[in-house]
Amino acid sequence: MLSKRIIPCLDVKDGRTVKGVNFIDLKDAGDPVELAWQYAQQGADELVFLDITATHERRKTMIEMVKSVARQLNIPFTIGGGITTVQDAEALLNAGADKISINSAAVRNPELIEELAKNFGVQFVVVAVDTKLVEGRNMVHLNGGRLITELETENWIRKAESLGAGEILLTSMDHDGTKQGFDCGLLNTITQMINIPVIASGGAGKVEHFIEVFEKTGVDAALAASVFHFGEIPIPDLKQKLKYHNIPVRL
Amino acid sequence: MINNNLKKVTIIDYHLGNLFSVKQACDTVGINAIISSKAEDIENADALILPGVGAFIEAMDNLADLNLIETIKKAAAEKKPIFGICLGLQLLFTKSEEFGTGEGLDLVPGTIRKFPADLDDRKVKVPQIAWNSIYEFEKKWSDTPLMDVVNNEFMYFVHSYYVDPSNDMDILTKTNYDGIEYCSAISKDNIFATQFHPEKSTLKGLSIYKNWATLNNLI
Repeated sequence: MLSKRIIPCLDVKDGRTVKGVNFIDLKDAGDPVELAWQYAQQGADELVFLDITATHERRKTMIEMVKSVARQLNIPFTIGGGITTVQDAEALLNAGADKISINSAAVRNPELIEELAKNFGVQFVVVAVDTKLVEGRNMVHLNGGRLITELETENWIRKAESLGAGEILLTSMDHDGTKQGFDCGLLNTITQMINIPVIASGGAGKVEHFIEVFEKTGVDAALAASVFHFGEIPIPDLKQKLKYHNIPVRL
Repeated sequence: MINNNLKKVTIIDYHLGNLFSVKQACDTVGINAIISSKAEDIENADALILPGVGAFIEAMDNLADLNLIETIKKAAAEKKPIFGICLGLQLLFTKSEEFGTGEGLDLVPGTIRKFPADLDDRKVKVPQIAWNSIYEFEKKWSDTPLMDVVNNEFMYFVHSYYVDPSNDMDILTKTNYDGIEYCSAISKDNIFATQFHPEKSTLKGLSIYKNWATLNNLI
């Protein structure tokens, strides 16, 4: 039975997770390894680490973090943030990352998708897309939604697929942080349009939102951050409820 | 104290895929493994692990460039235990449909096929990137590395191609991807191989490493 994936996303700065996490029984909430382990124990299907480090040392600290996560974690994980070259990606692969996620770098240099797919296989390349509705059109945004591009989201995603993206991580900036639910309309359009897996992101606030996105759209996975970090939605409960609604999940 | 009797396992590095996780899984269950591209490390090993993710043709080209094809075939003929993972499973087969027909190591008879883009007028997403369940076919799992895995257990898959063995008796597990039923693990004499990634499939997956090693007296 093919199952739908639940993916917690962690922001990482200087090799430490940021944005408060309040789990019970955590010795060090900032330790990515301990958090990753906790999530894996709870039944997370995959993890995404987003590196928001701004220093020159970022690469070194990230590689060290990836290595220690890979040593402890027995589920797949993706690394995103600041990957602009094939060399960056290769260093992360060798450190144990299963996938990398690229966003701005792919928009600025679409050939990067092609190069990464050619070198490491399409399954390694997640293209993350931040989208926002502007005058009735879905437009690709960069820098966490602050910078608009000239690309229409549907067109860009089609292009990313044709260049060798193995998966699309679609974040609706209109829904992100609202806790009002995923952007099911757009996600449905995108999943019907392309032939690769899609991860829904942005807007999760309660269990019903996950049920809705899996029932109403063809997405393969749903990603969220705060609702998991603050224990608002415990993953075991979420998966039980998804199963109760006949959505296939790994229990 | 160094145990000189410790069996040696070589993880074959042909420059495709995440070897770090395979090595970690070996370390965790106590397998004495090294990662190497050298023929001598394959010749001197007691058992081999053939991992890999990516393209079949490129993998065979890399193995050829490293002069490892005959070395691996020789090790197989000597009945050394071989554990193939993901692309490593596919390489053991006769040939691939990928980009025309590519020749494989031909240790297990069969063909590698691509998931169809369409099935019964609906599209199939390729690659499969998912947790999917494995189930028994004709062979029982007791006395195989899957002895501690229950029927229909979830394992982690990442692939665009699947193996189609010529002999049903080589099939150990099957999996259904969106209506396509295919072989997701094989066992044939000294060869055991999985399409899924046991090293990414929680402690259930690690039990497969441990039991493979135990059954072959490697730990």
